[in-house]
Amino acid sequence: MGQYQTRFGSMADYAKGGVAIINDDPKNYVFSNVFEVAEKSAPWERVAVAKNFEYVIEAARAEGTSPWYACAHDEFVLVMDGQVEVHLLKPATPLVDAGQQGAVELADMPDGAKMGRLVLERGHQGLLPAGSAYRLHADNVSCVLIQTIAGPVTVQKWADICQS
Amino acid sequence: MAILESATAAAAAKPLSDNVVTHAEVGPIDNATGYRTFTAGDFHFRRDEYFARITWPAGGSHVAPIDAFLRALMRDVAWGFFYGTVNFDDVVGTVNHYGEVTLFAGTYNDAYRDAGRDFSQRFPSEVLGPLFKEMITDWTNAGYDPFAAPMETGVPWGAKNGSNLEAVNRVRVAARRMVGLPGDTPVRTDDNGFPVNRMFADVDQRQPLVEAEPGFEGEVSAYNLFGYLSRSDVTWNPSVCSVVGESLFCPTSEEFSLPVDHGNDRCEWFITLSDEIVWDIRDKVTGRPRAKLVAKAGDVSCMPADIRHKGYADKRAMLLVWENASNRIPEMIAAGEAPNVSVTW
Ligand SMILES: [Fe+2]
Repeated sequence: MGQYQTRFGSMADYAKGGVAIINDDPKNYVFSNVFEVAEKSAPWERVAVAKNFEYVIEAARAEGTSPWYACAHDEFVLVMDGQVEVHLLKPATPLVDAGQQGAVELADMPDGAKMGRLVLERGHQGLLPAGSAYRLHADNVSCVLIQTIAGPVTVQKWADICQS
Repeated sequence: MAILESATAAAAAKPLSDNVVTHAEVGPIDNATGYRTFTAGDFHFRRDEYFARITWPAGGSHVAPIDAFLRALMRDVAWGFFYGTVNFDDVVGTVNHYGEVTLFAGTYNDAYRDAGRDFSQRFPSEVLGPLFKEMITDWTNAGYDPFAAPMETGVPWGAKNGSNLEAVNRVRVAARRMVGLPGDTPVRTDDNGFPVNRMFADVDQRQPLVEAEPGFEGEVSAYNLFGYLSRSDVTWNPSVCSVVGESLFCPTSEEFSLPVDHGNDRCEWFITLSDEIVWDIRDKVTGRPRAKLVAKAGDVSCMPADIRHKGYADKRAMLLVWENASNRIPEMIAAGEAPNVSVTW
């Protein structure tokens, strides 16, 4: 290890920066911190921390086992803190309409073929492939980001999470 | 450039605007310095041992330190004029119209504009792009890499001294779906020429556990993004790593300062993945200061569509730049349908 220390954040140890205004409204910068969002959210609540038209980045507190989700398009999960296991399943019949945007929460584990498993640690990015169903699991409280489209499971609570 | 492929392809099908200038010329080699001169419409570019010197009609002239100029020019060339406005400094820069591009002097500087001293011309991208490419190729000396952090490369100064074709011709990285998938952008390793950067020597290089059932090997996939970024040999160069429709994750490694003041034509988002980046935010049109951001690991911020931003990082940092590449957005902006801030509450 060299002389430099790389500072990644974690839910247990993060330092938040902020917006210092010269001549503007801080709300324009929609400033939040993913670890703080995860810290203050319920397990598997998928909170939008960034949004650009229909697209979002969700931050989630990964704790225990998530519901099963299905999604018509690709999504990507990036572990920001901890370790998260991803179980992927190819449903026997399509679970969501082809045009459905965002992930849909399923009541139960769907019928289908096992696709495989990912074990992701901090900094690892995994594909949640279009047309699959998936479930995440974290033994210890962890934090993930999900690149997706705003949908029925996306929680938008900007006033709670952003500097104003 | 792949990051803008769809927008540029759509624009290329349109006829040229009436006012475009198509004259571009590479001049002869200067006997004293060994560098070529370049002409784009009524703009003239010349370099000497320390500076780029730019002139335009009615006595307009500008001097830019050559290190800053080459770093900015390199990004503009490699990014295919990127999104919106790329300010090389407070005076000179480009505005991308996706198929056409405006080269300007003083247009986004309220003192120049108020005094009527601004000047701009619009070119087909296929005219200005190749000229800029020739300029960065000719003006970059052996041992100097305009994409590298200043501590990690040679110096740009002096008379013409060889070239660095490898650096200026770098192929831009743009994953189609995700880094590491079969047939997509490969992960970086020592063996394929991407050693870990000196400032990221402590970054965990282990790859995730991936267990694919037979038949699903191409879809059950993951890679170490932080490891991938720790091996980037360039700075301030967003590269596509994962794609959901028009949503592009374009992470990058940042050291020293962003060589341009970027004034995007749409919202752009930053998630700081490691360390700390300071951002100076100024008004896109006037250049007047509006805000300062300190962004630490985990911090998320929106860059509104009516600002310009310049970033600074001492310790090399990992930044996730998030873009919406939709080619509808410039039209929506023109029609006043796209908001400056993509979230209101
Ligand atoms: Fe930018």
